[in-house]
Amino acid sequence: MSFFKRLKESISQKTEAVTNIFKEGLTKTRTAFVEKVEELITRRKKIDEAFYEELEEILIGADVGVNTVMTLIDELRVEVKKRKIEDAAELQPVLSEKLVGLLKSDEQSGLRMADSGMTVILFVGVNGVGKTTTIGKLAHKFKSEGKSVLLAAGDTFRAGAIEQLEVWGQRVGVDVIKQESGADPAAVMYDAVNAAKNRGVDVLLCDTAGRLQNKSNLMDELNKIFRVLQREVPSAPHEVLLVLDATTGQNALSQAKLFGEKSGVTGLVLTKLDGTAKGGIVIAIRNELNLPVKLVGLGEKMNDLQEFDSDQFVHALFAGLIQKAEESEAPLEG
Amino acid sequence: MAFEGLASRLQNVFGKLRGKGKVSEEDVNEAMREVRLALLEADVNFKVVKDFIAKVKDRAIGQEVMKSFTPGMVVVDIVNKELTELMGGTNSKLAKANKPPTVILMAGLQGAGKTTSSGKLAKLLLKEKHRPLLIAGDIYRPAAIKQLQVLGEQIGVPVFTLGDQTSPVEIARAGLQHAKDNNHDYVIIDTAGRLHIDEALMEELHQIHSITKPDEVLLVIDAMTGQEAVNVAQSFHSQLELTGVVLTKLDGDTRGGAALSVKAVTGCPIKFAATGEKIEPLEPFYPDRMASRILGMGDMLSLIEKAQSSIDAEKAAEMERKMRTAEFTFEDFLEQMEQVRKLGPLDQLFDMLPGMGKMKDMKNVKVDEKQIGRVEAIVKSMTKEEKQKPEIMNHSRRKRIATGSGTTVADVNRLIKQFDDMRKMMKQFSSMMGPKGPKGGLKGLKGMMGKKFPF
Repeated sequence: MSFFKRLKESISQKTEAVTNIFKEGLTKTRTAFVEKVEELITRRKKIDEAFYEELEEILIGADVGVNTVMTLIDELRVEVKKRKIEDAAELQPVLSEKLVGLLKSDEQSGLRMADSGMTVILFVGVNGVGKTTTIGKLAHKFKSEGKSVLLAAGDTFRAGAIEQLEVWGQRVGVDVIKQESGADPAAVMYDAVNAAKNRGVDVLLCDTAGRLQNKSNLMDELNKIFRVLQREVPSAPHEVLLVLDATTGQNALSQAKLFGEKSGVTGLVLTKLDGTAKGGIVIAIRNELNLPVKLVGLGEKMNDLQEFDSDQFVHALFAGLIQKAEESEAPLEG
Repeated sequence: MAFEGLASRLQNVFGKLRGKGKVSEEDVNEAMREVRLALLEADVNFKVVKDFIAKVKDRAIGQEVMKSFTPGMVVVDIVNKELTELMGGTNSKLAKANKPPTVILMAGLQGAGKTTSSGKLAKLLLKEKHRPLLIAGDIYRPAAIKQLQVLGEQIGVPVFTLGDQTSPVEIARAGLQHAKDNNHDYVIIDTAGRLHIDEALMEELHQIHSITKPDEVLLVIDAMTGQEAVNVAQSFHSQLELTGVVLTKLDGDTRGGAALSVKAVTGCPIKFAATGEKIEPLEPFYPDRMASRILGMGDMLSLIEKAQSSIDAEKAAEMERKMRTAEFTFEDFLEQMEQVRKLGPLDQLFDMLPGMGKMKDMKNVKVDEKQIGRVEAIVKSMTKEEKQKPEIMNHSRRKRIATGSGTTVADVNRLIKQFDDMRKMMKQFSSMMGPKGPKGGLKGLKGMMGKKFPF
């Protein structure tokens, strides 16, 4: 069975609603990226330097990342020589397979929940990526799964941040543990963990203030929060999620690296993916960092935060290609 | 760090070029390939990169370079100049209405930093003795109004709001009227973050625009934005006729290539740069400095300005005299260290120095603030006499100092050795600078850096 067929089968087992959210959220990336590649291949019949250069530009233009693109192009060159491909059209399946290979991984990347008792999830990231909003949406998700949720207002720095989380708490119908603005965030976490323990909640979601990854004092503060959580609940935090804005360029790699070092990031949340044509950063992150993407924000609505599913992602991006591959395969198998 | 590898590669190429007496077309091409990668890695839009490289190549291979005695330098210079030019050349000022109030509309994606930038802009205007009014037009994000109100209170600028149940268009209209009635000469309208593809919200922004007729429409862009920055800017520009851009979060380790592209594509100058979430006045944006930063050449100018604003000029002059005459003692050393620390976290300062990326890579030097504390402890454990005459420190004195500062004799020895080396170096510099010496200590610093880190 071909790769695309397998993919299609695995997709068909999943609910259509989720498939649609992925498809819609990735519309922009699909048109800007995949369709450009297709256009290039039909326009340029021959594979020459100019062809590679244009391909390079399309990929870089989608924020795939210089290093990843260079490797990819080098691999393509080798492949082209080996298989003696001259026609651009013949390159298409090779290219799609390589791209899909970069995106695809076998591990399923759901959120790690505590084996028993309370699950603690810590959210970190630079300013303005959507940490608080993500927490609000995730709280909604857990709540609708019938879990009890508590929020910790750890952003005591930015004006209005606590209020913002409180509004989310009201919308979703969960409590928020807070202190006044300017308080030590680690102290807020301490309160929150104890309150969560007393109430016996299932999930504690911890917000933190946005910070740039090169500010070492702020990163140390994060480390303190981490230690407090760990001391109060030995297995916590069960997940440390780095929230990344999908419109971020190559700096995303630096963010993932430095936050990873300082706060033990276990996974990524990519927000605002629907607003960018540059979902390519997902490829760069997958390729250059050893961190799974766990959640993706595909829209403004409460349930547009989805668990990242590489099958769905690949399918949504390459839907057009997959259909074509099937058409060309059908007579062979039939 | 992600970028430093490339920055140092680029510097190598430039270094090679610099040393050459003659630059062939091939040399230029090789250098341009690296420049291209550096720009792409810095998130400069790929179309902009393409045009840029073509332009530089054209100039570099032409007469200008061939006639020069130091062709390599000329190529570097061309790249730097063209980059600066791409970003608008000189710093552009905020518009002013003929008849007050001057209306400034802030727009941008979610999380770009509109509200914070609005606060900072108000603070800047306040500093320039204006009477700004902030209008809270973000009724969508929870607590956005509250955020602006808190900021307004902190800096002492009134905030106009009608709550989150009134339409932003109405809020803007009423706010403007309020400003006119109360003699405010600047009005800053904060708006909700929106995707440039969200038609309904863009229409709303359009309405605010036509009702308030702003003199400035500032697009707030996160400096970390990738290739998408250009689309965002273009889209906002076509719908709102932007007059300028505010680039935020520049204190991160991003190279901010987006900045370059935005100006190149929309023609809108970047008017301000914002750093940090503390409410400091917005800083004017300097294209030439940004060019150095994108090329990984450091930002000496900003560093020098920073130094000038926080270092006591008299003390600096005195220090400089001492350095020249090699009278420099441990006491001065301690004082100087304190001065430097006033400038901010050391690793941030290092990032501004040219060639520092390379150094860090090579020696894996990690700036450890604790280490500095230790050095301070050692110096403070010395007697007055020892500080002034380091040469009298024999073994038993050193042992005492080590115990006193909680370090080892080896630590003390190392510090004294380093101090001696430093004094020797200073002597050399002062003889190089000639009898008159440099005009100011800082200029001397610049010269020194130039010597030590050729790139």
